[in-house]
Amino acid sequence: MIGGLFIYNHKGEVLISRVYRDDIGRNAVDAFRVNVIHARQQVRSPVTNIARTSFFHVKRSNIWLAAVTKQNVNAAMVFEFLYKMCDVMTAYFGKISEENIKNNFVLIYELLDEILDFGYPQNSETGALKTFITQQGIKGQTKEEQSQITSQVTGQIGWRREGIKYRRNELFLDVLESVNLLMSPQGQVLSAHVSGRVVMKSYLSGMPECKFGMNDKIVIDKQGKGGASDEAGKSGKQSIAIDDCTFHQCVRLSKFDSERSISFIPPDGEYELMRYRTTKDIILPFRVIPLVREVGRTKLEVKVVIKSNFKPSLLAQKIEVRIPTPLNTSGVQVICMKGKAKYKASENAIVWKIKRMAGMKESQISAEIELLPTNDKKKWARPPISMNFEVPFAPSGLKVRYLKVFESKLNYSDHDVIKWVRYIGRSGIYETRC
Amino acid sequence: MCDFPFFSLVCTGEIFELKAELNSDKKEKKKEAVKKVIASMTVGKDVSALFPDVVNCMQTDNLELKKLVYLYLMNYAKSQPDMAIMAVNTFVKDCEDPNPLIRALAVRTMGCIRVDKITEYLCEPLRKCLKDEDPYVRKTAAVCVAKLHDINAQLVEDQGFLDTLKDLISDSNPMVVANAVAALSEIAESHPNSNLLDLNPQTINKLLTALNECTEWGQIFILDCLANYTPRDDRESQSICERVTPRLSHANSAVVLSAVKVLMKFMEMLPKDLDYYGTLLKKLAPPLVTLLSAEPELQYVALRNINLIVQRRPEILKHEMKVFFVKYNDPIYVKLEKLDIMIRLASQANIAQVLAELKEYATEVDVDFVRKAVRAIGRCAIKVEQSAERCVSTLLDLIQTKVNYVVQEAIVVIKDIFRKYPNKYESVIATLCENLDSLDEPEARAAMIWIVGEYAERIDNADELLESFLEGFHDESTQVQLQLLTAIVKLFLKKPTETQELVQQVLSLATQDSDNPDLRDRGYIYWRLLSTDPVAAKEVVLAEKPLISEETDLIEPTLLEELICHIGTLASVYHKPPSAFVEGSRGVQHKRLPGSAGSADSPDTGSAAGVSEAPPAVIPSQGDLLGDLLNLDLTPPTTSGPPPAPSSGMQMGAMDLLGGGLDSLVGLLHLGGDLGGSPAMGAGFGAPPTAMPASFPPPVSGGLDDLFDLGGSVGITDLVYVQIWLPAMKAKGLEISGTFARRAGVIQMEMTLTNKAMSIMTDFAIQFNRNSFGLAPAGPLQVLTPVGPNQSIEVALPLSTVGPVMKMEPLTNLQVAVKNNIDVFYFSSQYPISMLFVEDGKMERQVFLATWKDIPNDNEAQFQIKDCHLNSDAASSKLQGSNVFTIAKRTVEGQDMLYQSMKLTNGIWVLAELRVQAGNPNYTVSTVHVRYIGLTGLVSSDLLPHADRRAAA
Repeated sequence: MIGGLFIYNHKGEVLISRVYRDDIGRNAVDAFRVNVIHARQQVRSPVTNIARTSFFHVKRSNIWLAAVTKQNVNAAMVFEFLYKMCDVMTAYFGKISEENIKNNFVLIYELLDEILDFGYPQNSETGALKTFITQQGIKGQTKEEQSQITSQVTGQIGWRREGIKYRRNELFLDVLESVNLLMSPQGQVLSAHVSGRVVMKSYLSGMPECKFGMNDKIVIDKQGKGGASDEAGKSGKQSIAIDDCTFHQCVRLSKFDSERSISFIPPDGEYELMRYRTTKDIILPFRVIPLVREVGRTKLEVKVVIKSNFKPSLLAQKIEVRIPTPLNTSGVQVICMKGKAKYKASENAIVWKIKRMAGMKESQISAEIELLPTNDKKKWARPPISMNFEVPFAPSGLKVRYLKVFESKLNYSDHDVIKWVRYIGRSGIYETRC
Repeated sequence: MCDFPFFSLVCTGEIFELKAELNSDKKEKKKEAVKKVIASMTVGKDVSALFPDVVNCMQTDNLELKKLVYLYLMNYAKSQPDMAIMAVNTFVKDCEDPNPLIRALAVRTMGCIRVDKITEYLCEPLRKCLKDEDPYVRKTAAVCVAKLHDINAQLVEDQGFLDTLKDLISDSNPMVVANAVAALSEIAESHPNSNLLDLNPQTINKLLTALNECTEWGQIFILDCLANYTPRDDRESQSICERVTPRLSHANSAVVLSAVKVLMKFMEMLPKDLDYYGTLLKKLAPPLVTLLSAEPELQYVALRNINLIVQRRPEILKHEMKVFFVKYNDPIYVKLEKLDIMIRLASQANIAQVLAELKEYATEVDVDFVRKAVRAIGRCAIKVEQSAERCVSTLLDLIQTKVNYVVQEAIVVIKDIFRKYPNKYESVIATLCENLDSLDEPEARAAMIWIVGEYAERIDNADELLESFLEGFHDESTQVQLQLLTAIVKLFLKKPTETQELVQQVLSLATQDSDNPDLRDRGYIYWRLLSTDPVAAKEVVLAEKPLISEETDLIEPTLLEELICHIGTLASVYHKPPSAFVEGSRGVQHKRLPGSAGSADSPDTGSAAGVSEAPPAVIPSQGDLLGDLLNLDLTPPTTSGPPPAPSSGMQMGAMDLLGGGLDSLVGLLHLGGDLGGSPAMGAGFGAPPTAMPASFPPPVSGGLDDLFDLGGSVGITDLVYVQIWLPAMKAKGLEISGTFARRAGVIQMEMTLTNKAMSIMTDFAIQFNRNSFGLAPAGPLQVLTPVGPNQSIEVALPLSTVGPVMKMEPLTNLQVAVKNNIDVFYFSSQYPISMLFVEDGKMERQVFLATWKDIPNDNEAQFQIKDCHLNSDAASSKLQGSNVFTIAKRTVEGQDMLYQSMKLTNGIWVLAELRVQAGNPNYTVSTVHVRYIGLTGLVSSDLLPHADRRAAA
């Protein structure tokens, strides 16, 4: 299991060091600094073995988190734990920065003591942790409160405490998708997938039992068999094929496996209910058509057309097209129909920004790039043209069909809950080769 | 920093200040001071001097302060064990606190304090906490058992904590179950043979129930534990799989990977024709693909594992090629792993896409990645025959880019393509030759030279090209030199008229000017060959080469099986068994996949069979040029026809030339094998080249070691097992260590007496209690001078065997009393039975035969000696050293039977039959013993294992 956990700043100074196992000595702290943080070459692997000691590291801004072990640990678990550790710290004191860590080091030690015992990760749900790791001491608690804490930390529903009350029962569902594309210069889709998340903010009283439904093809087909045929035909068109999905630990997985129904008791506040991935019938919001022509050895002509491909009533926002330029670029002249375009020498790219663009529109940029003659034999690698945007729909076609809330003990029903649903599609890695 | 004396003054001042603050009356000030102490501790300053002051702060109501003090204690208790005791009372008191959080905190912290004295006090509170009413305390106590086991394993066993821990598996709280499982798994790892986890269908059922309810981490512990279980039949296997599959949708990647591990392992037991088997295969792909959208570090872990899974079961991901396409922004470690998997998944169906991608990658920035991409193109050509042409043209395009490392890498892979598809793509040679000058890496140069030599007849200026390389012959690496030598010889055989001068030049360079024995030997062989029989030389050197096979870089099947059992762990990331990077006993057990049950007919069909049945051939690495030569020389040409005359001719030539020709040939072979780790060595001996093992199987070298070890032929009596018989603690400062030995027929007790006390010791005397063989001192203990403090003296005490006899338990127990001017001390020791074997223990053959037959059956005992790597002759000579005489030897059905006799000092004869199966490290010894003098209860099984095991050791 994890033998020790260290946090370093970008210079390699230790900010936090907690050793859990006898086989990890102080020298491990230095070994990581010397061999990884101060290494001359860029790190080639997130797992490093130095003198039979294995180091797992992740980096958040310029802070290094490293877990150390001498055993054959579950590597996936160690990384998951490190991410979780970051989440917990962020939930307690915001951004992970050197200053925040130094200011909260007592708290961090307290957390590390609680969520990692002898190197074994323990309950690390911030909802539960915040009930008893408060930096205020817990002397004031009554016996009932104490046993409630312990039963929550160890219990089946470790993510939610009892006795939550809201005057207004409300929930927000955000369907956040990032659409990824790799397209050939000829417009052929090399790979495209959507990775989506359903994020829920719940402000519900008691221990509500929730059921979430979406236009999952498998569910709809199943229902279609039983229900009226015309309805099945209608909804069948709108259903989507989900390649795979994963759920927050509150979701009953065995029930999903057998009935494909998503039922759960949600944590209080914001959390990620599910993640999913689709590859079929993706609506690609934009199409990029590049045209690059080399005019002699010192000039390059670039023309890029973007076409929006969604309902004209919808508006895409924060559109940015990034056209890479060769390293030996000496000057650039750009003409664009819409938005602003600028050559950024430090980034070796022309960045073209458009604030808003409606569906079914087209826009174009053309640029002339002057090149310095070089003796460099190596050809310019021509990195792909990448794009960023945000659209108010789900490119996968996912629709939330319902989210039902049942709380039998309290007197509010599904109808009393105010529900909000929002769809946001963002660009992931959206690239077109040129 | 305090590490440097210069700064220590400053530190002392600081410590003084802190001390004052720690003893302050104000709570807030105290707390701030402790915080400062912890901060200094974090950056590595030594604040252990404050120990008493910090511990004084422990008795407090403030939980935050308490936790800080505990943190300090965990760090420094070990360096100040005596003072740590001061904290014990508070701990014990806290373990009784009404607040469960404080009880748990106390027991958790106590387990982290690695001081023996504290662990004694820990037992009682721990026992209570394990049965605490609060689950939070119980789950903490469960982990504490593992902590205590790490400090003092014996204590945990003695106190019965293991049983309590086992009971916790049935606890009502899922988190307690999970932690108990984690603790038990860890403890079980250090006791490989104990049946600690005792997994049976009932416990498995409990675990599976807890699996649905516990935290994500708990699920990982349980799944990892489940993976160690071997279901009894395919139905149980299926029902477990059914209950584990829902975990594949968990948001935590580690849960998913651990579930994959369980499924991959248990799937082995399912019959292939079962519907469920197909369903399961289909279910595995999506979650594996999803792992690739996780954070890059996890992607890396996932990819390393997918690499294993694809090798074991390629069918799972065969349609998922696209997800492994490299993204521009992927970290380099993800890119390289993806590339590996792409090559593994490449097939005729997707080759066009793959090639397009690879070509794209070959223009990237990172040199390692580009090289790997170029190499991958070559692999595709070799793997998918239909694509070879396209691959070659892609490679030619890349060569046109003139990027140095791309060109070199391309040439190396083109060489492999030539070997796989001879006489097909030679038209490209001209293009290759254009780039001759830019090659600066040995591997690429060697590859190019090979190509020129191999196709010398089609390259007009081959002689010029090779001659140009020859100029800097001595500066080239061995690899290039060897290749150049062979290439020029090939050229000479093809165009003898124009190149005579060249070949003489290279031969003299290789044989006269070089220090490298490989090069010299190869040079001589060629020289001899060419001068004796050019026709034969032609047949040898230009013989048809064995084809290379397509699969590359495959992990050896047994290792792969083991790694599959370690999916998700570090072993699967490193692609090494845990024993390669874990110290000590942990994780050294080798895990294996369960065999398929249910169907006897072809348990492993399909692609998996390809992996497990025939060890795949590997493209010989470039270092194997020597192997290459031997290949040509010794393997009979694959074409049918008359047996090859050339090889014998060649050998004779070599013999003439080198005197001990054959010897050096063998030596050469060894060198070849050693140098490249060369698979070609096997081929040299006539084994089919396709079955070359990727690496030497370890047993071979083990056997060799033993052989060398035998060379010394050490008798038992010379082996020294010095033991401490009497520790100084128990004998007022007198320490006695020593050993028994038989030297020139005299039994001796060789002792070292060490005085660890402060006063001088004199007047030593020794006496034995009655014992089984009547051992007694043959004279007084010869300690003439007094032994001063910290002095030691060595004495050898000759022993006789005429003393009073009494059967001891165990048989070879000897109780000794030693007296000196201070007191009388007693100790007991055991002597090796072999020292009682007398020199005239060799029985006449006839007598042996007669006696053997006369011995009643109940006087016979049989047992096995395991893990002994000696052959029968070696064993026999080794045993002879300790007066165990071999009377006769027989070989029956590959078994060597040794008949042996020995005689004890009291006249008892022991006859033994030793069976040695060649290649089997287990000996079977059946012994029969005869009594001449009545002596009660001398049981042979008690007697011989000692003798033989000592000998074998």
